[in-house]
Amino acid sequence: MTRPSTVSDTRRGDTATDPPAPGPGTARKRGRQPRPGRGTVLAVFLAPALTLFLLLVVAPILVAAYASLYKWNGFGLPENFVGLDNYTRAFADPTFRGDLWRGLVLVVLSLAVQLPAALALAMLLNQPLRGRAFYRLIFFAPYVLSEVTTAVLFTLVFSPNRGLGEGVAQWLGADAGTVFADPDTVLFAVFLVVSWKYFGLYMMLFLAARQGIPKELSEAAVTDGATAWQAFRHVTLPLLGPTIRISVFLSVIGTIQLFDMVWVLTGGGPIHTSETLAVTMYQYGFRRFEVGYASAISMVMFLLSLVFALFYQRIVLRRDTAGAITNQGGQR
Amino acid sequence: MDHDSAPFPPNAARPRRRGAGAYLLSACSDGESDDPNAPQAINWWHIQNTEPMLPVWAAMANEYKTAHSNVTFTIQPLENEAFKAKLTTATQAGDPPDLFQSWGGGVLKQQVDAGLVKDLTDDVKDLVAGILPAAMQPYTIDGKIYGIPFDIGMVGFWYNKELFTRAGVTETPTTWAGLLDVVRKLKTAGITPVALAGKDKWPAHFYWSYLAMRIGGVGALQKAVDDKNFDTPDLAAAGERLKELVDLQPFQKGFLGAEFGSPDGQAATMGNGKAAMELMGQWAPAVQASSSTSKKGIGDKLGFFPFPAVDGGKGSATEVFGGGNGFAVGKDAPAATIDFLKFLLSVDNQRRSAQTGAVLPTVKDATSAIADPNNKVVAETLAKNTGFQLYLDQAYAPALGQQINDSVAEIIAGKKAPAAILKDITQVAKTV
Repeated sequence: MTRPSTVSDTRRGDTATDPPAPGPGTARKRGRQPRPGRGTVLAVFLAPALTLFLLLVVAPILVAAYASLYKWNGFGLPENFVGLDNYTRAFADPTFRGDLWRGLVLVVLSLAVQLPAALALAMLLNQPLRGRAFYRLIFFAPYVLSEVTTAVLFTLVFSPNRGLGEGVAQWLGADAGTVFADPDTVLFAVFLVVSWKYFGLYMMLFLAARQGIPKELSEAAVTDGATAWQAFRHVTLPLLGPTIRISVFLSVIGTIQLFDMVWVLTGGGPIHTSETLAVTMYQYGFRRFEVGYASAISMVMFLLSLVFALFYQRIVLRRDTAGAITNQGGQR
Repeated sequence: MDHDSAPFPPNAARPRRRGAGAYLLSACSDGESDDPNAPQAINWWHIQNTEPMLPVWAAMANEYKTAHSNVTFTIQPLENEAFKAKLTTATQAGDPPDLFQSWGGGVLKQQVDAGLVKDLTDDVKDLVAGILPAAMQPYTIDGKIYGIPFDIGMVGFWYNKELFTRAGVTETPTTWAGLLDVVRKLKTAGITPVALAGKDKWPAHFYWSYLAMRIGGVGALQKAVDDKNFDTPDLAAAGERLKELVDLQPFQKGFLGAEFGSPDGQAATMGNGKAAMELMGQWAPAVQASSSTSKKGIGDKLGFFPFPAVDGGKGSATEVFGGGNGFAVGKDAPAATIDFLKFLLSVDNQRRSAQTGAVLPTVKDATSAIADPNNKVVAETLAKNTGFQLYLDQAYAPALGQQINDSVAEIIAGKKAPAAILKDITQVAKTV
């Protein structure tokens, strides 16, 4: 039947004056012999994935949206309809509002500290350097650990009496044993651990992107008299743009959903000072059995992520994804 | 699915709510029948996931299996917090295990209301007659019995005799003012007076609850939840007294981040002799030992005294705050489950459990088997009680219990005035 090889010459000839439009969209033009409808083929191939997606992604979202309109303890069916009360309650709750604020703080810290640090390290590890492969491995290694393992590890490091961190800090004349117990420092301590785990991933992404930039470009810039900084600022950095933009995207979405690490490190405490939206949701859903309210919190998380993702895709990533998604690689 | 061919046991709690969708997931009550010789599989979740009770439960299950060849067990020993999370998921899906850990109280009531556990009243009449009445209280809801306790204990101060002596304290305090004096003396002697697990929150709620009982009388906490009003002068006074203690900064370094059982937590601090006392239940000596560096705890330097009275309070020092551990039976459990539960609670098996030192038996005839001197003191104090209050985070509906834990944590952290938390608690009490 339709073999890829038959797609080639005749069609190119037919549509020589049109812009090249590869992909399945053009197959329609050439059907002379009867064949199974394109819809059938699509349906057969899409069905398994679509079924899973509907069951495991769309359905839970709908159920959560439904449950968020009820006062419900999770047993039996929700019966006590309360409209948007759960949402108004959330936005009046200091803990929930604090979650939003702490989320913002973590996002800003990630973008201002974690990603630049990863970028700097990537640039450094792109230089000819003795033991470069070893350093790359070391810096990437934390990313391989699970969040729970990482959190347990740092709980031990910052254990008040016997931790490694305490030992080092005492040697420096500081006090590290209480960073997770002090409401003023705990959020930054959590950020430190999150960064420790994830900067390696971003470093690897930046490094890969850097190596995809042809050497000739910076060489040409340097030949034209650019300093190393100018070459970086005006040649390398713009070409790293797509990777940086996608890293920001991953970082923000990851921060909105931050749970495991916080849960194991601090449980959200002391007195909610390191609590995130996901931790609050868990507390209400699985500790207090207020599933309706917890669902409302999860819907806020979902909408935040969705709105951010849509706007970011539409505005910031438009150039990067143009061709891939927006117009099937047709015209620019 | 066809319940006619697989009849429910006569006392099985049937789902009460019509159209409860969650039950669709679990409604296939497969071929389990009343025939005592039919094959029966018991799925058992307990939280005695460490020595010494872990092997004891396993041995008892094996013995039962040997005597009843048609019964098989799937035993899941779970850590406390992991158990709560896993049970929540299972119960919300309408599929509880056949036999599982229960503390009774508000959580059990929710399970009862959802038709997830069996009414055991008629099956356990004889057994219950031999059990301490205070122990049965949390498992009795609206006059019906939904669980059987195998362990009952109470909260009190566990203290390090050597550290008390070093600070010049010769007698254990009997009043709150006396306790504060002891704390001051210990601080002066350079000893950390109190170990506390601030991250876990529930250990701190013991202080507030006991103060509320001593000031307002044993009924004060029950009355507050019945009236849906915690904003009373007595409860405000409880917060103020607690603040007096907090203001002395009696806790170990980093206590707000400390867990109860972690290697640097509350129990370890006591077990390593780094703090002079902790307010904790009857399991304290066992956990102190297992989480201490030596794995032995502080041995016979450990002593126990009841929570002191408060001057001018309506309560007395003989009223106890406590609770225990028990088992509830899931709605779809095979008939042998209840029989097995009775087997676990037999006098002999209760004595065996008591001999480990990790369980304070609920069966009266087994109390003589308590070997551990600390356990003996607790059992004796408990036997003389003139009033009993179950842990609030078990007695109350979960939302209210957790709110009290959260709110007391705010006093402990010095971030909220004692009177202000009562408004937060009342607000939650009105919604549950």
